[in-house]
Amino acid sequence: MEKVYKMQSRNLQVFYQNFQALQGINMDIEENKVTALIGPSGCGKSTFLRSLNRLNELIEGTTTKGQVYLDRQAVYTNEVNVVELRKSVGMVFQKPSVFPMSIYENVAYGPRIHGITKKNRLDDIVEKSLKSANLWKEVSNRLNSPAARLSGGQQQRLVIARVLAVDPEVILMDEPASALDPISTARLEELIAELKSNYSIVIVTHNMQQAARISDYTGFFLNGDLVEFNNTADIFVNPRDKRTEDYITGRFG
Amino acid sequence: MGAVSIKDRFIYGLFYLSGLIIVGILVSIIGYVIARGVLVLNLEFILESPRHAGSAGGIFPTIISTLYLTLLALVIAVPIGVGAAVYLEEYALSSSKFAWLVNLTAETLAGIPSIIFGLFGFVFLVIFLGMGWSILSGGITLAIMILPTITRTAQEAILTLPPEYRENSLALGASKWQTIRKVILPFALPGIVTGVILSIGRAVGETAALILTAGSSLGMPQSLFDPARTMSVHLYMLAMEGISLERAFGTAFVVVVLILIINYLANLSLRRLSR
Repeated sequence: MEKVYKMQSRNLQVFYQNFQALQGINMDIEENKVTALIGPSGCGKSTFLRSLNRLNELIEGTTTKGQVYLDRQAVYTNEVNVVELRKSVGMVFQKPSVFPMSIYENVAYGPRIHGITKKNRLDDIVEKSLKSANLWKEVSNRLNSPAARLSGGQQQRLVIARVLAVDPEVILMDEPASALDPISTARLEELIAELKSNYSIVIVTHNMQQAARISDYTGFFLNGDLVEFNNTADIFVNPRDKRTEDYITGRFG
Repeated sequence: MGAVSIKDRFIYGLFYLSGLIIVGILVSIIGYVIARGVLVLNLEFILESPRHAGSAGGIFPTIISTLYLTLLALVIAVPIGVGAAVYLEEYALSSSKFAWLVNLTAETLAGIPSIIFGLFGFVFLVIFLGMGWSILSGGITLAIMILPTITRTAQEAILTLPPEYRENSLALGASKWQTIRKVILPFALPGIVTGVILSIGRAVGETAALILTAGSSLGMPQSLFDPARTMSVHLYMLAMEGISLERAFGTAFVVVVLILIINYLANLSLRRLSR
């Protein structure tokens, strides 16, 4: 079967003032697969992730060169509507950060800002998104209570439901499990496995076992370079580059 | 037992004493004001106009004037102050010279004694612009006075917003303005209200600057262009001109109660909002 690439980067370079954080990255992200990005702190994996939805632009003094494509359409052009891009490419951050509003309002936040106002339409979206995020059963009877009262794991699934509510095609996750306990982490990993049938997922993780468990492809970043990018099985069993091998066997990092 | 040394206890006692002094000062001042004020206080004192320069009758027009002036000051200062805070924290680049200037100006404004604002208001608003001694001149002068407080507290409230909120909202495809309106301002609201309460306290207590800009007429103001006398100005006149010290304390009593009521209402609405 022909591989379909959902997103691609070509010679992607990102600079923070004079510091070059990415050294020209080429990567093909396959549709309906989980792509994991690993590497030591400061290696550029988060920068790469954040350049896929143009979130790096929010940091003062950032410049980007090269190109990113979504469905073969260039992302870094003046014609691209950043709002539309971020609707298609959702993002889940490291710290589960629910807004200080009710569970319902958190999920309805995205659809509302994109112009959906009808109550029953919003109700449907909220229910569907919470179900897809495996949270519906736990919260269906208290949708109007403050989201901050949920546990950390529930909050992270709520954040995922909030992303799903704007109907994205790609979901970027920046170490989504780093603040979670092992049981919540396991639930999150199950959820990611379920989500990939409908979404393309790119996940940054510090946890190599996690990358090995949940991803189809793995990219190893070091000092702003993509050292190796391959099937997850090949990366972990048969790394081609000495540096990849050193990293995954725990010799540094 | 015995682990706590005498020195530790002594030091603990010193800190406890600091707390006790604060409570003691507040209780004795408010207690004294209430004890003396309550002697002249009755419904007539609150609801009637003063007679014989305030030696008889009530203080009703001064209560209304105080509310008008404070409200006008807030209506002017809150949008500008919160707007400046949003500009500084959300729009301005850290390298912006203009933002640096706005910050410096707000800080400098905060340090200027109120009588200077009064003098400026007198010369510029009352005389040059011909607004006369009026609610309008006084309200604008008060607005300038409380602007730094409103700006600073709103700024600090926005600063405490976890940066993830902003990123999450933008990553969902929200525009900057949607993020400000739906996430940042609701989050900052308690801090903004705190600033408003502090400002109300300052506006209600102001005297010198208001004598210069709103005048000291005892009549009931009918429009923005009428002169007015606030409770604090009235209190000052009563005491300073030897009209009636008892009535000065009666007025002080009403001022204190009014401020307590405003604080209570603000806290109540805050709890409602953040529920």
